[in-house]
Amino acid sequence: MHSLDDIDRRLLRLLQEEAGLPVTELAERAGVSAGACWRRIEKMERARVILGRAIDIDPRALGYEVRVFLRVVLDKAASHAFDDFLAAARALPEVIAIETLLGRVDIRMDVVARDLAHYQEIYRDRILALPHIAEIDALMLVSELKNSARLPI
Amino acid sequence: MAEIDDTDRAILRALLADGALGAKEVGLRVGLSQPAAWRRIRRLEEAGVIRGRSLILDREKLGFGVVVFLGVKLAAKGRLDLETFERAVQAIPEVQLVQQVIGVHDYRLRVVARDLSDFERILRRRIMTLPGVGQVESNVMLREEKNAPPPL
Repeated sequence: MHSLDDIDRRLLRLLQEEAGLPVTELAERAGVSAGACWRRIEKMERARVILGRAIDIDPRALGYEVRVFLRVVLDKAASHAFDDFLAAARALPEVIAIETLLGRVDIRMDVVARDLAHYQEIYRDRILALPHIAEIDALMLVSELKNSARLPI
Repeated sequence: MAEIDDTDRAILRALLADGALGAKEVGLRVGLSQPAAWRRIRRLEEAGVIRGRSLILDREKLGFGVVVFLGVKLAAKGRLDLETFERAVQAIPEVQLVQQVIGVHDYRLRVVARDLSDFERILRRRIMTLPGVGQVESNVMLREEKNAPPPL
């Protein structure tokens, strides 16, 4: 764990809220000089605490109206079930997120589709063709109330 | 749905590769002047294609070792009180994601915690005590295997 002091944490909190904040304004809000602010951020970037900046794209604005979360239990009797499944699932462009889990289900995936007909096509032709699926269930997104990568620093 | 052309797609790809790029650098990569790139980025923001920019932090270096996905089912009588539940759950700082869904659960949550005992504390004190909560299923994330934008 990287050691941060209160000022570092304050800078991260401010930047998590507004990633585009210019250094001068960030420094003023955090109560440090612009030079000190810049050095601290650079230090956190060098230590790879700050990995970079990302843009957040809204799938709906690109025409993907449907978003489904699939939860998969794999047939663990098959050897390499995880590796085979993950390699095939990663190659599907409409599968935008995959995580391996410890719990009742083994894997969860986010699937985007233009509409329900498009989703059905992806599900039947490509998802169900993935190897070693023992069980699969689906949750369909109705609305997203909160989505933030913000850490409670 | 926003109308976007190949140049917009090239801009989005450049920004997805590095969200810190300014209009000048984006322009250089896609063959536009700085003002033209700036105008297009601005338009993508106004159309809601680019929702915002965020800082990418190393969660584990900052001491958050655990991510848990929760499936929450509301208790039968909790259904009357969706708004109270929704307001309260969004206010928990460790809850990063709240999605209303149709299926075996009513809501999906993503929770970050320092470790499993910290997660247990958040689950017991903050989530199980929310108004209307019925069954909760927890799945601890082992690894993020893919995190990609939708096909452009």
